[in-house]
Order: sequence, then structure tokens, then C-alpha cells
Amino acid sequence: MFTRIGPETGANLTVHVDGKPVSVRAGDSAATAAMLAGLLPSRLTPVSGAPRAPYCMMGVCFECLMTIDGVGSRQACLEPVREGMRIEVQSGRRTLTP
Amino acid sequence: MSAAFDLVILGAGPAGMSAAIAARRHGLSTVVLDDQPEPGGQIYRAVERRARSADAASLGPDYAAGAALVEIFRRCGADYRPVTQVWQIGRDLTVLASHAGASSAFAARAIVIAVGAAERPVPIPGWTLPGVMTVGAGQILLKASAVVPPQPLWIAGQGPLPLLYAAQLIDAGMPPAGILDTTPQGALARSWRHLPGALANWRYLPKGLSYLAAIRRAGVPLVRHVTEVAALGDGRVTSVRYAVGGRLHEAAAATLLLHEGVVPHVHMSLSAGVRHSWDDTLQAPVPVLDAWGETSLPGLFVAGDAGGIGGAAIAAIRGERTALRVAHRAGRIDYAQLQERDKTAGLQMRRHEQIRPFLNAVFTPRKAIHVPGDDVIICRCEELTARDIRQAVAAGCVGPNQVKAKTRCGMGPCQGRQCALTLQQIVADARGVAVAELEQLTIRPPLRPLTLGELASLDHHHGSANLT
Repeated sequence: MFTRIGPETGANLTVHVDGKPVSVRAGDSAATAAMLAGLLPSRLTPVSGAPRAPYCMMGVCFECLMTIDGVGSRQACLEPVREGMRIEVQSGRRTLTP
Repeated sequence: MSAAFDLVILGAGPAGMSAAIAARRHGLSTVVLDDQPEPGGQIYRAVERRARSADAASLGPDYAAGAALVEIFRRCGADYRPVTQVWQIGRDLTVLASHAGASSAFAARAIVIAVGAAERPVPIPGWTLPGVMTVGAGQILLKASAVVPPQPLWIAGQGPLPLLYAAQLIDAGMPPAGILDTTPQGALARSWRHLPGALANWRYLPKGLSYLAAIRRAGVPLVRHVTEVAALGDGRVTSVRYAVGGRLHEAAAATLLLHEGVVPHVHMSLSAGVRHSWDDTLQAPVPVLDAWGETSLPGLFVAGDAGGIGGAAIAAIRGERTALRVAHRAGRIDYAQLQERDKTAGLQMRRHEQIRPFLNAVFTPRKAIHVPGDDVIICRCEELTARDIRQAVAAGCVGPNQVKAKTRCGMGPCQGRQCALTLQQIVADARGVAVAELEQLTIRPPLRPLTLGELASLDHHHGSANLT
């Protein structure tokens, strides 16, 4: 379990991680929200389907690619959470949405 | 949307913020593009929010000091654009960046790349398993969200950051299961000759010793001279294996955090096609800069750790000096003013730099990390191993770009940010040549994944007069 230890540093928000409502705080990233929700792996690779999860948390490694609000291949560690944001596991390559 | 500025700064860490403050003081129109949501860079990550909260003390006085710099930056009058991803730096000094699904062009008289450092890749067996992260990632979770990864949590690596993070976890009442120190035997003994310099800058050494004391008091195991660290597990990490003096040990782990030092983040400067050289001490490429931080492309500067590792205090000074140079070139200050300010900055920089030879001697990059065994994944995106790279070299690939063309190493979403350094080292080792002799991986735009919508939203015209 990823554990929150500190006092309030931001307003409470609700996001949806793979369809489940999760309470997070303003200032969290989508990647942090996914980890707090216990969503590991956060993606399956397009090459072999291997399970992966956020690695660097600073935009360098691209391991945290997820589908956010329906758009694939978003770097979840660089996306601040917004009320109602939908965060989903990305399986393989991103798909194009019309 | 298009706009023209005297100075476009990439990154809002100590170097970028200081450059912006100095540029604004001399009346330069300045925009700061940063991919993070808040100013401060990684070193002062989320410092505005955390400084106001009751637990800020657990992150230490250095971190809290960053709040003052952020406050001045906020009021300096620079156009600050957070959550903005730069995806191209043109040789005509135009920066293309994306924010909220739309792209903009920023024409500049000068550009400062101030994107800081990145953690050295740590290719060990199992490093792609969920549950394995960098120590920097752990610290970002702590600073930005007060979140601690699952226990049992092991830290493996070397350098000041693992000790600092362990001390912070202990302070927060969530001590790690243990620390595997990979600093090689004898490294400390070899570095004693640099101790006078380290002592001359009294602030740094006691900090390191205080972390060690906290770790000892908390009874956290600190295992020295560890080699052969590996993450084991099926689908996620469940244990860590390591060797001490040739004997293998294994311990249960839900989290393994790795750190083998930091290197300049050169992806953006490489993409601009400017000259880089190989730094033997860092075992990493660095942009070739003049005394003011200017690259081989006139008007393109690099400040802070992106140009060479110096830490936050030096990064801030370098950022300021670069902005002064730009102000001088724009006719905002005369040469005497530039020189006078530079004398003070030079003295400050030398004081902070005195710790570096000691740190570099203790925490020398390890060959096992640069040139790992055949089965270890090097390119995480394309899932290529050291063996794949060695086979490509055996088939006639002489440099990183040939290996890339043959194997796709460096062609995945990260575009070589994680693998380039190891790729260079393995190719040089396999060919028996010095890394310095190899060219750098060619980096091409876009530097981030882009949607067609983001691309199409761009309405600028290169080189024409309708930039507003």
C-alpha cells in the first residue's frame, strides 16, 4: 500500500482510477493517484505485454504512460489531478479516439 | 498562439527561476516554460504548498529555503507557464510547446535550457518490475504528496540522496527496511585527500553525517559494499537479492528504490544539435559551454545542472550569470556592471564547488552499472537487453545511432532518455574504444508524444513577421 503520511496540503478531489472513485488531493499527479489506488501495473508494454509502473516520477522514463480522460500515452506523472479525471491502465499501444 | 520574448527559459528550478529574476530586473521580456505544475524544480518540488503545512520541518531547512526563491520568482514579472511541455527547440531560436492540448510558438532572442539533472539509469536485473523506482521518485512522492511507497521498502545505491531520503522516511515515522550501500570498498579511503576542500565548505559534510546518525539511531540496517543488486518477482517486485563479499543474500521487498547519482539532462540540448563532450568524472555527456553558459549555437544557453552537476546553490548562480550575459548583449547593462556582478558570483560558486571533488571521489560511477550483464534490459521502452546491443556491435554497428537503426534501442516513447547513456557505454566497451570517441544519439522532435490536434493547433510561421 502506498500510504499518505502528511497533513492536508491541498483540497480533496475525486478521480476515477479504472472506474473506481478515489479520493486524492490537489497537487497529486495522476500517477500518484493510480498508485494510491493500488493500480500496479499501470500499463502493459506494446512490445511484449510486460507489466510496468511509474519509475522516475519526473517525466524522463515514460513508464507511467496511461489513458487519461480517454487520451492514450499521457505521462501520468506530469498530469495534475482534476476533479472527475478518468485514469486508466494503458494496454499496449494507444488507440486513436475520434 | 505565437509570441516573441527577449528570453525564453525552459525549466523553473533554481537555475530557471534565478535566470528569470535577473532577466526581469534588467527589463528583459521573459517567459518560463516548465512541465511541472508548480515552480521549484525537483529540488524544491511543491515547496510552496509544503512550506505552509505543519510537516515541512521533516523535509529539512534547505528545502524550506527554496520557498523564498519561489516567492521572489512569482513576483518577478516573468510570464510563467506551468504544465507546458516543450517539444521542439529550433535552430532559429523558436521554441514549440504544448499546454492543455494546444501548441504555441515562442520566438526568442535567447533561450536558456535549465532542465536540471536526471538520475543515472540503473540497469540491474528486474529493474523494470512494478515496485522498482528511483530514490528520486520516492522523494518526489514525499515532497509533492506526502506519500510513502509500500513496505518493506529497500533503498539500494550510492550518493547523498539515498541517505537523505532514508533520514526523511525515519523522520516521518516510516523507516525503510534497509539500505544497500553500493559505494565500492576503498572509495572513502581514496577520497581523504579531497577532505580539506569538503571541510572548507562546512555546510555539506555535517549534513551527510547527520543522515548517517539518524539511520544508526533508528536501527535501520545499512549494508556496506553491496554488489549484484537484483529485483526479483513475478509481475511485481517481491524480494531484493544482493551480494556482500561474494555471498548472496535475499530479503522480502514490496518496494526497491535505486540511485547511482545524477547526470545532466541533455535531451533538449542534444535535440538542438549543439556540441557536447564526454565528462569522464560524471561518466556522462555534457554540453560544451563558454564561461557564460552559451552553447555552440549563438543565443542558446544552458544553466544549472543541465550543463554539469553542481547542485541547487550553484545552479541558481549559473542561472543568474546567464541572464546577465543576455542582458548585456541586449544593451541593458554595460560590461563593467557585468564584470562586477560576476566577481561576487564567481566567489560564491567556488565556495560551493569545494565539496565536489570529495563527492566525486567517494561516489564514483560503477562499471557494473554502465556495462551490465547480457540479460539485463537496457532500453526499457523497446525491451532490448545488453546482449541485443552487443550483437548489433558484433554485426558491425559502430555507434549508438547505428545500433538504434538496427535494433530500435532508443526509439520508444522515452526517445533514449533512459537508455542512451548505457547504450554508449556498452558500445564503447564492446568495441574496446573510449566512450568519448563515440557520437551522441541523434535526438529529433517532437520531444514528447503529440496528438495530431496539438500539432494542428500551431499557427505560427517560421521566420515571418507575424509573430505577435
